[in-house]
Amino acid sequence: MIQADWIWGLVGGLMIGMGAAVFLLGNGRIMGASGIIGGLVDRSGLGNWAERVAFLAALVVVPALMLPLFSVEVSTNITTNLAIVVAGGLLVGIGTRLANGCTSGHGVCGISRFSLRGIVATVFYLLAGGLTMVLFRHVLGVI
Amino acid sequence: MQRIVIAALSGGLFGAGLLVSGMTDTTKVQGWLDVFGAWDPTLAFVLGGAILPMLLAWHLTTKRATSLVGAPFPAKPDPRLGHNLVIGSVLFGAGWGLVGLCPGPAIASLSWGGTGGITFILAMIAGMILAQPIRLQIDRLAAA
Repeated sequence: MIQADWIWGLVGGLMIGMGAAVFLLGNGRIMGASGIIGGLVDRSGLGNWAERVAFLAALVVVPALMLPLFSVEVSTNITTNLAIVVAGGLLVGIGTRLANGCTSGHGVCGISRFSLRGIVATVFYLLAGGLTMVLFRHVLGVI
Repeated sequence: MQRIVIAALSGGLFGAGLLVSGMTDTTKVQGWLDVFGAWDPTLAFVLGGAILPMLLAWHLTTKRATSLVGAPFPAKPDPRLGHNLVIGSVLFGAGWGLVGLCPGPAIASLSWGGTGGITFILAMIAGMILAQPIRLQIDRLAAA
């Protein structure tokens, strides 16, 4: 970790939490990325499609507009192994819909209200992510 | 209209925070999950930082009858866990580890994520569609 990374992590984290607080106190809704996307994908959330689309549009546009502020090139550093990318995307899509939430919904919004479901989900996705790193990076060496 | 402006404000803050915190960088996320490698604790500061405003926000929901637009606040969390919560979280965690992206950062990095980022999003959407028949199948097996 580069020296100031944790400060930027904390600052960015506070902004993420404020985004979630605005959605909760403003619209009375839980800011869960997978739920907001998933409700459009499986049509279960078409009743408030406009607010979902507005959320997602701002989620794309605001960081795009901020890119010139960075002195270093911003990159996702995503793997070039397309099989891994597709497998990962499928697992994230299936998993977050089965579990009804991801890092933002279960993690940020769930833990902060001491929801047992949010805490249990977070424990299991962290454990699974850690085991995946052990298996695919240290044993198989493919990521 | 008010709901749409609030949703955009929320999405904008979320996206800005994901970029500033470094969570759109897959190496930082995988670095956090890689406990036995070059461990990167940044994600703990991000999650901790994000929970702080939400602790206050959840507290404020107990002081008011409705949200700003007059909508009710979310119902109390369901205390039942269920097999889908655990199975889904394990599958999600595996995919999160493989690539280092979860749904929020995947969308936030759309403009600079390249074909890899777009491929991930399309696969994620396909997974969300597949989740419905998979859920039915799991529930059928669990009931048997």
